[in-house]
Amino acid sequence: MKFRTPISKARGLGSAKEGSHHWWTQRVTAIALIPLTLWFGIAIVMIPGAEYKQIVGWISSPWNTVMLISTIVAVFYHAILGIQVVIEDYVHVEWMKLSAILATKLILIFYALAALYATLRIIMVG
Amino acid sequence: MVEFTLPKNSVVQPGKEHLSEKQGGNIKRVEIYRWDPDSGENPRMDVYEIDLDTCGPMTLDAIIKIKNEIDSTLAFRRSCREGVCGSCAMNINGKNTLACTKAIEDLDGPIRIYPLPHMEVIKDLVPDMTHFYAQYASIKPWIETQTPAPADRERLQSVEDRSKLDGLYECILCACCSTSCPSYWWNSDRYLGPAILLQAYRWIVDSRDENTGERLDDLEDPFKLYRCHTIMACTDTCPKGLNPAKAIAEIKKHLVERQ
Repeated sequence: MKFRTPISKARGLGSAKEGSHHWWTQRVTAIALIPLTLWFGIAIVMIPGAEYKQIVGWISSPWNTVMLISTIVAVFYHAILGIQVVIEDYVHVEWMKLSAILATKLILIFYALAALYATLRIIMVG
Repeated sequence: MVEFTLPKNSVVQPGKEHLSEKQGGNIKRVEIYRWDPDSGENPRMDVYEIDLDTCGPMTLDAIIKIKNEIDSTLAFRRSCREGVCGSCAMNINGKNTLACTKAIEDLDGPIRIYPLPHMEVIKDLVPDMTHFYAQYASIKPWIETQTPAPADRERLQSVEDRSKLDGLYECILCACCSTSCPSYWWNSDRYLGPAILLQAYRWIVDSRDENTGERLDDLEDPFKLYRCHTIMACTDTCPKGLNPAKAIAEIKKHLVERQ
Protein backbone atom coordinates (compact mmCIF):
# COMPACT_ATOMS: atom_id res chain seq x y z
CA MET A 1 0.00 0.00 0.00
CA LYS A 2 2.70 2.39 1.01
CA PHE A 3 4.40 2.63 -2.36
CA ARG A 4 1.27 3.09 -4.45
CA THR A 5 1.14 6.30 -6.44
CA PRO A 6 -1.51 8.95 -5.70
CA ILE A 7 -3.30 8.29 -9.00
CA SER A 8 -3.41 4.56 -8.29
CA LYS A 9 -5.01 5.28 -4.89
CA ALA A 10 -7.49 7.72 -6.45
CA ARG A 11 -8.54 5.21 -9.11
CA GLY A 12 -8.81 2.40 -6.54
CA LEU A 13 -10.75 -0.58 -7.84
CA GLY A 14 -12.41 1.52 -10.52
CA SER A 15 -16.08 2.18 -11.13
CA ALA A 16 -18.69 -0.34 -9.96
CA LYS A 17 -20.76 0.67 -13.04
CA GLU A 18 -23.88 0.70 -10.88
CA GLY A 19 -25.59 2.98 -8.41
CA SER A 20 -27.97 4.82 -10.75
CA HIS A 21 -30.68 2.22 -10.30
CA HIS A 22 -30.31 2.37 -6.50
CA TRP A 23 -30.47 6.17 -6.56
CA TRP A 24 -33.42 6.30 -8.95
CA THR A 25 -35.42 3.65 -7.05
CA GLN A 26 -34.90 5.59 -3.84
CA ARG A 27 -36.44 8.69 -5.48
CA VAL A 28 -39.34 6.72 -6.99
CA THR A 29 -40.24 5.03 -3.68
CA ALA A 30 -39.96 8.42 -1.95
CA ILE A 31 -42.47 9.95 -4.36
CA ALA A 32 -44.78 6.93 -4.00
CA LEU A 33 -44.62 7.29 -0.23
CA ILE A 34 -46.01 10.84 -0.26
CA PRO A 35 -49.62 9.82 -1.05
CA LEU A 36 -49.25 6.42 0.64
CA THR A 37 -48.15 7.79 4.03
CA LEU A 38 -50.83 10.50 3.85
CA TRP A 39 -53.45 7.82 3.22
CA PHE A 40 -52.00 5.59 5.95
CA GLY A 41 -51.82 8.47 8.46
CA ILE A 42 -55.45 9.45 7.89
CA ALA A 43 -56.50 5.78 8.15
CA ILE A 44 -54.65 5.33 11.46
CA VAL A 45 -56.33 8.43 12.91
CA MET A 46 -59.78 7.03 11.99
CA ILE A 47 -59.16 3.56 13.47
CA PRO A 48 -59.01 3.92 17.32
CA GLY A 49 -62.76 4.03 17.88
CA ALA A 50 -63.45 1.14 15.52
CA GLU A 51 -64.43 -2.40 16.55
CA TYR A 52 -62.29 -5.43 15.62
CA LYS A 53 -64.86 -6.50 13.04
CA GLN A 54 -64.92 -3.05 11.45
CA ILE A 55 -61.13 -3.01 11.11
CA VAL A 56 -61.08 -6.45 9.49
CA GLY A 57 -63.78 -5.23 7.15
CA TRP A 58 -61.83 -2.07 6.40
CA ILE A 59 -58.62 -3.97 5.60
CA SER A 60 -60.56 -6.48 3.51
CA SER A 61 -61.97 -3.88 1.13
CA PRO A 62 -60.03 -4.30 -2.14
CA TRP A 63 -58.92 -0.66 -2.30
CA ASN A 64 -57.58 -0.65 1.28
CA THR A 65 -55.85 -4.03 0.84
CA VAL A 66 -53.98 -2.85 -2.24
CA MET A 67 -53.08 0.48 -0.63
CA LEU A 68 -51.85 -1.30 2.48
CA ILE A 69 -49.72 -3.74 0.49
CA SER A 70 -48.33 -0.87 -1.61
CA THR A 71 -47.43 1.05 1.55
CA ILE A 72 -45.69 -1.98 3.08
CA VAL A 73 -43.65 -2.63 -0.09
CA ALA A 74 -42.71 1.05 -0.60
CA VAL A 75 -41.81 1.65 3.05
CA PHE A 76 -39.55 -1.38 3.37
CA TYR A 77 -37.97 -0.98 -0.08
CA HIS A 78 -37.24 2.68 0.66
CA ALA A 79 -35.91 1.85 4.13
CA ILE A 80 -33.53 -0.82 2.81
CA LEU A 81 -32.11 1.56 0.19
CA GLY A 82 -31.84 4.47 2.62
CA ILE A 83 -30.27 2.59 5.52
CA GLN A 84 -27.73 1.05 3.13
CA VAL A 85 -26.64 4.56 2.10
CA VAL A 86 -26.33 5.66 5.73
CA ILE A 87 -24.19 2.61 6.57
CA GLU A 88 -21.98 3.18 3.52
CA ASP A 89 -21.53 6.80 4.59
CA TYR A 90 -20.47 6.14 8.16
CA VAL A 91 -19.09 2.61 8.54
CA HIS A 92 -15.60 2.32 7.11
CA VAL A 93 -14.44 -1.08 8.36
CA GLU A 94 -15.16 -3.36 5.42
CA TRP A 95 -16.43 -6.44 7.32
CA MET A 96 -18.60 -4.28 9.59
CA LYS A 97 -20.05 -2.45 6.62
CA LEU A 98 -20.84 -5.69 4.80
CA SER A 99 -22.44 -7.38 7.81
CA ALA A 100 -24.45 -4.26 8.75
CA ILE A 101 -25.88 -3.98 5.22
CA LEU A 102 -26.62 -7.72 5.06
CA ALA A 103 -28.29 -7.68 8.48
CA THR A 104 -30.39 -4.63 7.53
CA LYS A 105 -31.57 -6.27 4.33
CA LEU A 106 -32.41 -9.63 5.90
CA ILE A 107 -34.22 -8.15 8.89
CA LEU A 108 -36.21 -5.62 6.86
CA ILE A 109 -37.17 -8.19 4.21
CA PHE A 110 -38.33 -10.48 7.03
CA TYR A 111 -40.41 -7.65 8.52
CA ALA A 112 -41.89 -6.83 5.11
CA LEU A 113 -42.87 -10.47 4.53
CA ALA A 114 -44.37 -10.67 8.04
CA ALA A 115 -46.42 -7.51 7.39
CA LEU A 116 -47.62 -8.82 4.03
CA TYR A 117 -48.49 -12.21 5.54
CA ALA A 118 -50.44 -10.50 8.34
CA THR A 119 -52.42 -8.44 5.82
CA LEU A 120 -53.22 -11.47 3.67
CA ARG A 121 -54.15 -13.55 6.72
CA ILE A 122 -56.55 -10.87 7.89
CA ILE A 123 -58.35 -10.67 4.55
CA MET A 124 -58.42 -14.47 4.06
CA VAL A 125 -59.01 -15.79 7.57
CA GLY A 126 -60.29 -12.65 9.30
CA MET B 1 -16.33 4.24 11.53
CA VAL B 2 -16.57 7.98 11.65
CA GLU B 3 -14.16 9.19 14.29
CA PHE B 4 -16.00 11.19 16.90
CA THR B 5 -12.90 11.59 19.03
CA LEU B 6 -9.85 13.41 17.77
CA PRO B 7 -6.61 11.48 17.26
CA LYS B 8 -3.79 12.06 19.73
CA ASN B 9 -2.06 15.43 19.58
CA SER B 10 -4.77 17.06 17.47
CA VAL B 11 -6.64 19.12 20.06
CA VAL B 12 -6.11 22.77 19.17
CA GLN B 13 -4.66 24.71 22.09
CA PRO B 14 -4.25 28.42 22.82
CA GLY B 15 -1.04 29.73 21.24
CA LYS B 16 1.25 32.72 21.39
CA GLU B 17 -0.17 36.22 21.52
CA HIS B 18 1.40 38.95 19.43
CA LEU B 19 -0.51 41.95 20.77
CA SER B 20 -0.31 45.39 19.23
CA GLU B 21 1.55 48.06 21.21
CA LYS B 22 -0.60 50.74 19.64
CA GLN B 23 -3.75 51.40 21.68
CA GLY B 24 -7.16 52.10 20.10
CA GLY B 25 -7.34 53.02 16.45
CA ASN B 26 -8.05 50.48 13.76
CA ILE B 27 -6.71 47.31 15.40
CA LYS B 28 -8.00 43.92 14.21
CA ARG B 29 -7.49 40.68 16.07
CA VAL B 30 -6.49 37.76 13.84
CA GLU B 31 -6.33 34.19 15.17
CA ILE B 32 -4.49 31.69 13.02
CA TYR B 33 -4.18 27.89 13.26
CA ARG B 34 -0.54 26.90 13.65
CA TRP B 35 0.96 23.44 13.45
CA ASP B 36 4.55 22.47 12.93
CA PRO B 37 5.17 18.82 11.94
CA ASP B 38 8.71 18.95 13.35
CA SER B 39 7.84 20.15 16.86
CA GLY B 40 5.70 17.17 17.92
CA GLU B 41 3.38 19.62 19.68
CA ASN B 42 -0.37 19.99 19.36
CA PRO B 43 -1.73 22.57 16.94
CA ARG B 44 -2.40 25.96 18.50
CA MET B 45 -4.22 29.21 17.73
CA ASP B 46 -1.78 32.12 17.60
CA VAL B 47 -3.18 35.61 18.08
CA TYR B 48 -1.98 38.61 16.08
CA GLU B 49 -3.19 42.17 16.40
CA ILE B 50 -2.69 44.22 13.27
CA ASP B 51 -3.30 47.84 12.38
CA LEU B 52 -5.76 47.97 9.50
CA ASP B 53 -4.67 51.53 8.66
CA THR B 54 -1.45 50.09 7.28
CA CYS B 55 -2.95 46.92 5.81
CA GLY B 56 -4.49 46.09 2.42
CA PRO B 57 -8.23 45.40 2.18
CA MET B 58 -8.27 41.62 1.87
CA THR B 59 -7.72 38.83 4.38
CA LEU B 60 -4.70 37.71 2.37
CA ASP B 61 -3.20 41.20 2.83
CA ALA B 62 -3.55 40.73 6.58
CA ILE B 63 -1.84 37.33 6.47
CA ILE B 64 1.00 38.66 4.32
CA LYS B 65 1.37 41.63 6.69
CA ILE B 66 1.62 39.23 9.64
CA LYS B 67 4.27 37.14 7.89
CA ASN B 68 6.25 40.24 6.83
CA GLU B 69 6.06 42.24 10.03
CA ILE B 70 5.22 40.00 12.98
CA ASP B 71 5.89 36.29 12.48
CA SER B 72 7.90 35.00 9.52
CA THR B 73 7.37 31.36 10.58
CA LEU B 74 3.75 31.43 9.40
CA ALA B 75 3.25 29.10 6.41
CA PHE B 76 0.49 29.54 3.80
CA ARG B 77 0.03 29.30 0.03
CA ARG B 78 -0.70 32.29 -2.17
CA SER B 79 0.06 33.38 -5.68
CA CYS B 80 -2.21 35.50 -7.89
CA ARG B 81 -3.92 37.57 -5.14
CA GLU B 82 -6.97 38.02 -7.39
CA GLY B 83 -9.01 34.83 -7.14
CA VAL B 84 -7.84 32.98 -10.23
CA CYS B 85 -5.18 30.60 -8.91
CA GLY B 86 -6.98 29.05 -5.92
CA SER B 87 -3.82 28.78 -3.81
CA CYS B 88 -5.02 30.73 -0.78
CA ALA B 89 -8.15 28.67 -0.11
CA MET B 90 -8.64 28.41 3.65
CA ASN B 91 -11.34 28.43 6.31
CA ILE B 92 -12.02 32.02 7.38
CA ASN B 93 -14.55 32.60 10.17
CA GLY B 94 -16.04 29.18 9.60
CA LYS B 95 -16.37 29.33 5.82
CA ASN B 96 -14.07 28.00 3.14
CA THR B 97 -13.07 30.81 0.83
CA LEU B 98 -10.17 32.49 -0.91
CA ALA B 99 -8.24 34.79 1.43
CA CYS B 100 -7.40 37.07 -1.49
CA THR B 101 -11.02 37.88 -2.35
CA LYS B 102 -12.41 37.97 1.19
CA ALA B 103 -12.55 41.59 2.35
CA ILE B 104 -11.57 42.18 5.98
CA GLU B 105 -14.41 44.68 6.42
CA ASP B 106 -16.92 41.89 5.65
CA LEU B 107 -15.67 39.92 8.65
CA ASP B 108 -17.18 40.87 12.00
CA GLY B 109 -15.15 40.55 15.19
CA PRO B 110 -11.84 38.72 15.29
CA ILE B 111 -10.79 36.85 12.15
CA ARG B 112 -10.28 33.13 12.77
CA ILE B 113 -8.33 31.31 10.10
CA TYR B 114 -7.95 27.53 9.80
CA PRO B 115 -6.64 25.38 6.95
CA LEU B 116 -9.23 23.70 4.68
CA PRO B 117 -11.24 21.27 6.84
CA HIS B 118 -10.53 17.54 7.02
CA MET B 119 -7.35 17.64 4.94
CA GLU B 120 -3.97 16.43 6.17
CA VAL B 121 -2.03 19.48 7.24
CA ILE B 122 1.54 19.87 6.01
CA LYS B 123 2.21 23.00 8.08
CA ASP B 124 -0.01 25.81 9.44
CA LEU B 125 -2.45 26.77 6.66
CA VAL B 126 -0.94 24.45 4.05
CA PRO B 127 -3.03 21.30 3.41
CA ASP B 128 -1.86 18.24 1.49
CA MET B 129 -3.64 18.41 -1.90
CA THR B 130 -2.01 15.27 -3.39
CA HIS B 131 -5.12 13.06 -3.31
CA PHE B 132 -7.38 15.87 -4.53
CA TYR B 133 -5.18 16.44 -7.58
CA ALA B 134 -4.88 12.70 -8.20
CA GLN B 135 -8.69 12.47 -8.18
CA TYR B 136 -8.74 15.31 -10.72
CA ALA B 137 -6.29 13.42 -12.95
CA SER B 138 -8.43 10.27 -12.61
CA ILE B 139 -11.38 11.85 -14.48
CA LYS B 140 -9.15 12.53 -17.53
CA PRO B 141 -9.58 16.31 -17.67
CA TRP B 142 -8.70 16.64 -21.33
CA ILE B 143 -10.58 16.27 -24.61
CA GLU B 144 -10.90 12.70 -25.86
CA THR B 145 -11.85 12.12 -29.47
CA GLN B 146 -11.78 9.46 -32.15
CA THR B 147 -12.03 12.00 -34.95
CA PRO B 148 -8.66 13.62 -35.69
CA ALA B 149 -8.54 17.39 -35.29
CA PRO B 150 -9.09 19.34 -38.56
CA ALA B 151 -5.71 20.02 -40.16
CA ASP B 152 -6.29 23.68 -40.84
CA ARG B 153 -8.33 24.95 -37.92
CA GLU B 154 -9.61 24.35 -34.40
CA ARG B 155 -12.52 21.99 -33.55
CA LEU B 156 -15.67 24.02 -34.07
CA GLN B 157 -18.27 24.61 -31.39
CA SER B 158 -21.53 26.55 -31.65
CA VAL B 159 -22.14 29.56 -29.44
CA GLU B 160 -24.97 27.62 -27.81
CA ASP B 161 -22.78 24.60 -27.03
CA ARG B 162 -20.00 26.85 -25.77
CA SER B 163 -22.44 28.49 -23.35
CA LYS B 164 -22.99 25.09 -21.71
CA LEU B 165 -19.47 25.39 -20.31
CA ASP B 166 -20.32 28.65 -18.54
CA GLY B 167 -20.40 28.14 -14.81
CA LEU B 168 -18.04 25.19 -15.20
CA TYR B 169 -14.89 26.48 -16.90
CA GLU B 170 -14.48 29.16 -14.21
CA CYS B 171 -13.67 26.53 -11.56
CA ILE B 172 -10.13 27.07 -10.31
CA LEU B 173 -9.87 23.84 -8.27
CA CYS B 174 -9.28 25.66 -5.00
CA ALA B 175 -11.01 22.75 -3.16
CA CYS B 176 -13.19 25.04 -1.02
CA CYS B 177 -16.30 23.08 -2.07
CA SER B 178 -14.90 19.57 -1.68
CA THR B 179 -13.50 20.30 1.77
CA SER B 180 -16.81 21.83 2.91
CA CYS B 181 -18.70 18.64 1.95
CA PRO B 182 -19.45 16.25 4.84
CA SER B 183 -19.63 13.35 2.39
CA TYR B 184 -16.13 14.23 1.22
CA TRP B 185 -14.94 14.40 4.83
CA TRP B 186 -16.17 10.87 5.57
CA ASN B 187 -15.41 9.20 2.26
CA SER B 188 -12.83 11.19 0.31
CA ASP B 189 -10.80 8.03 -0.28
CA ARG B 190 -13.46 6.98 -2.81
CA TYR B 191 -15.92 9.87 -3.27
CA LEU B 192 -14.64 12.32 -5.89
CA GLY B 193 -16.19 15.38 -4.25
CA PRO B 194 -17.96 18.39 -5.78
CA ALA B 195 -14.94 20.07 -7.38
CA ILE B 196 -13.83 16.98 -9.30
CA LEU B 197 -17.42 16.07 -10.28
CA LEU B 198 -17.99 19.61 -11.59
CA GLN B 199 -14.81 19.24 -13.65
CA ALA B 200 -15.96 15.80 -14.85
CA TYR B 201 -19.26 17.35 -15.96
CA ARG B 202 -17.34 20.08 -17.77
CA TRP B 203 -16.00 17.35 -20.12
CA ILE B 204 -19.30 15.44 -20.26
CA VAL B 205 -21.15 18.49 -21.67
CA ASP B 206 -18.33 19.61 -23.97
CA SER B 207 -19.81 19.18 -27.48
CA ARG B 208 -16.32 18.47 -28.90
CA ASP B 209 -15.63 15.50 -26.63
CA GLU B 210 -16.47 12.06 -28.05
CA ASN B 211 -16.08 9.94 -24.91
CA THR B 212 -19.19 11.00 -23.00
CA GLY B 213 -20.40 7.44 -22.46
CA GLU B 214 -17.08 6.23 -21.07
CA ARG B 215 -16.92 9.27 -18.79
CA LEU B 216 -20.38 8.44 -17.43
CA ASP B 217 -19.34 4.77 -17.06
CA ASP B 218 -16.39 5.82 -14.95
CA LEU B 219 -18.57 7.96 -12.66
CA GLU B 220 -21.42 5.49 -12.21
CA ASP B 221 -20.40 4.20 -8.83
CA PRO B 222 -22.00 4.24 -5.37
CA PHE B 223 -18.94 6.01 -3.99
CA LYS B 224 -17.32 8.04 -6.77
CA LEU B 225 -20.59 9.87 -7.55
CA TYR B 226 -23.49 8.75 -5.38
CA ARG B 227 -21.98 9.80 -2.04
CA CYS B 228 -23.41 13.20 -3.01
CA HIS B 229 -26.57 13.61 -0.96
CA THR B 230 -27.37 17.11 -2.22
CA ILE B 231 -26.20 18.74 1.00
CA MET B 232 -25.39 21.90 -1.05
CA ALA B 233 -22.51 23.03 1.18
CA CYS B 234 -20.39 23.13 -2.00
CA THR B 235 -22.61 25.68 -3.72
CA ASP B 236 -22.96 27.67 -0.51
CA THR B 237 -19.21 28.05 -0.06
CA CYS B 238 -17.88 28.40 -3.63
CA PRO B 239 -15.83 31.63 -3.69
CA LYS B 240 -16.34 31.87 -7.46
CA GLY B 241 -20.14 31.71 -7.15
CA LEU B 242 -20.40 28.44 -9.08
CA ASN B 243 -22.92 25.65 -8.51
CA PRO B 244 -21.18 22.25 -8.16
CA ALA B 245 -24.38 20.71 -6.73
CA LYS B 246 -26.18 21.48 -9.99
CA ALA B 247 -23.36 19.98 -12.06
CA ILE B 248 -23.58 16.78 -9.98
CA ALA B 249 -27.38 16.72 -10.42
CA GLU B 250 -26.84 17.02 -14.19
CA ILE B 251 -24.50 14.00 -14.14
CA LYS B 252 -27.15 11.99 -12.25
CA LYS B 253 -29.77 13.10 -14.81
CA HIS B 254 -27.53 11.94 -17.68
CA LEU B 255 -27.12 8.55 -16.01
CA VAL B 256 -30.90 8.11 -15.66
CA GLU B 257 -31.47 9.41 -19.18
CA ARG B 258 -29.30 6.72 -20.76
CA GLN B 259 -30.97 3.83 -18.93
